[in-house]
Amino acid sequence: MLAFFLRRAFSSVIVIFCVISITFVLARITPGGPFDKEKEPPKHVKEALEKKYKLSGTLWQQYTSYVSSLAHLDLGLSTKYRDWSVAELLKQKMPNSFALGALAFVIASCAGVTLGSLAAMKRDTWIDRSAMFGALLTISIPSFISGPFLIAIFALGLGWLPVGGWGTLQQMILPGLCLAAPYIAYVARLMRNSLLDVLKSDFLRTARAKGLSETQAVVRHAVKVAILPVVTFLGPLAAHLLTGSMIVENVFNISGAGMVFVNSIQNRDVFLLGGAVIVYCVLLVLFNLLVDVMYTLLDKRIKLYA
Amino acid sequence: MPEAASIARPDGWQILKRNRTALIALGFLAGLSLVAIVVPMLLPEALKLTSSNSFVPPSAAHYLGTDVNGQDMLYRLLSGARVSLGVGLVGALISLGIGTLYGMISGYAGGRIDGVMMRTIEVLQSVPRILFIMILIAALDDYVKEWVDGWRFSAEAKGWAWTAKAMTDLKAYSKVMVMVVSLGLVEWLTMARIVRGQVLVLREMTFVTAARAMGQSPWGVLWRHLLPNLSTIILTYLTLTIPAVILDESLLSFLGLGIEDPAASWGSLLKDGAQVINPIESKWWLLVFPALLMSASLLALNFLGDGLRDAFDPKSGE
Repeated sequence: MLAFFLRRAFSSVIVIFCVISITFVLARITPGGPFDKEKEPPKHVKEALEKKYKLSGTLWQQYTSYVSSLAHLDLGLSTKYRDWSVAELLKQKMPNSFALGALAFVIASCAGVTLGSLAAMKRDTWIDRSAMFGALLTISIPSFISGPFLIAIFALGLGWLPVGGWGTLQQMILPGLCLAAPYIAYVARLMRNSLLDVLKSDFLRTARAKGLSETQAVVRHAVKVAILPVVTFLGPLAAHLLTGSMIVENVFNISGAGMVFVNSIQNRDVFLLGGAVIVYCVLLVLFNLLVDVMYTLLDKRIKLYA
Repeated sequence: MPEAASIARPDGWQILKRNRTALIALGFLAGLSLVAIVVPMLLPEALKLTSSNSFVPPSAAHYLGTDVNGQDMLYRLLSGARVSLGVGLVGALISLGIGTLYGMISGYAGGRIDGVMMRTIEVLQSVPRILFIMILIAALDDYVKEWVDGWRFSAEAKGWAWTAKAMTDLKAYSKVMVMVVSLGLVEWLTMARIVRGQVLVLREMTFVTAARAMGQSPWGVLWRHLLPNLSTIILTYLTLTIPAVILDESLLSFLGLGIEDPAASWGSLLKDGAQVINPIESKWWLLVFPALLMSASLLALNFLGDGLRDAFDPKSGE
């Protein structure tokens, strides 16, 4: 178990290192540096700027100085937002993305598990069929389509929820729903298929035989086993929500990490880009590790129950 | 040379015919592709140009209205469909090529090579792909633009009018080329895993042993005997990769990192549509038509892919 985690941690560090290296090199070889303006600055000004931001010298020198400052847990300075360090910028923007992602995560997993279980229990009825058709439909509608329509219907048309803004729960409902919608569908499909398999198993027949109603048998026994594939999906889900929030932040005009990332590419803001990539990668690796831990824990419980 | 051996499998067309939704989806996609290719050629040239009639609601002159530049929305929508479907198909084909080759080698070689190749896939899966595509496109785009310009200038210098014009047209689409290749380069992981799993089963079959005993080289076995047996599963996952690539492309274009004016794709049209929603005056046609067409196409592709998967690969449900 410990060996497994050590190996995972080791390979994760390597992956993050490779991604950082490739990101940095790609960002630096791209034509158009961070200090290029329409009006070319005087040469000595540009050189002083490059020196200040440690972007002078050969690509290799820049790269090693960046990696060594990273090793000292220093993410560097933003070249676009002067006087801001990358860490400060990320600290300011990350919580918004995090709140949005967490809300969508809760919506997607809860609604998905409930809908999927319902569809499996009412197999081949209209409930099942409409739930599964609805799932395929929501998977086919990306958030940059559903977002504007949600705004047009619930905010502009019916006036139930605010159009934009960020902070209160009411303002978070539409973005959260928009981000979660396709993943409700994925989770529901996963849950339905898995529960259908479990419903055929022996221990569930025993549960029914000892007099539990179908609902009780499913809630008390079947769901615990059937939820396992959903748990493995939670890691990728968190990752998708993290990167997917870029679009939702764009549609609902939320100032979060996704916008930081997109803007830093367009501004050639090397260190901000690198910082954002690091945050994304570390979070992804952590989520996957967390899922593995949860999986082993749940697995033990199954052995106990079985 | 003997016929390629084949394990008994039902005729794909027979199975597909029984699934009515998948058949309707296939018809819709074929029809849409035909319309997207043919109709823009038949539309009068005047409609395609920018004009001062911006934001005209749908009318007899402009069936789907006009956009901010006064261009006809029907034309924009259909040329966007060309780009989106084309990017989806070509990107998926590139990923198919890489994924199939990788999966076949990994599965057939087995042992340590297989282990290393599969670990690599696991590692690649933990990289946030869409971020990577964005960086890759930003980095490569300017180089491709310069390269296209270089060709244009040398063509003009030599007086090749046709080549020069083609290069000018190509420049608007240079980002599309970069995008297609980048998407193809990152979307092959699922395909490789599926193909490898299938090869692991197939290589234990007696016809493979027979082929090897007759002196076929490993490449010969892979190409003549395994590939024909993999064709259905490859086709199935091709159908499921296309919507994934289309989604990625439109996501990039929506964020303004993908296709650039004057070229259009569904994503860039939706970006324009989303920018003009406001409570005072609704320009609904800019949003509704691209949204409808894109959702319907993705739905059809997903229906078709799911239908094919249920038919050929019933165990692999998500």
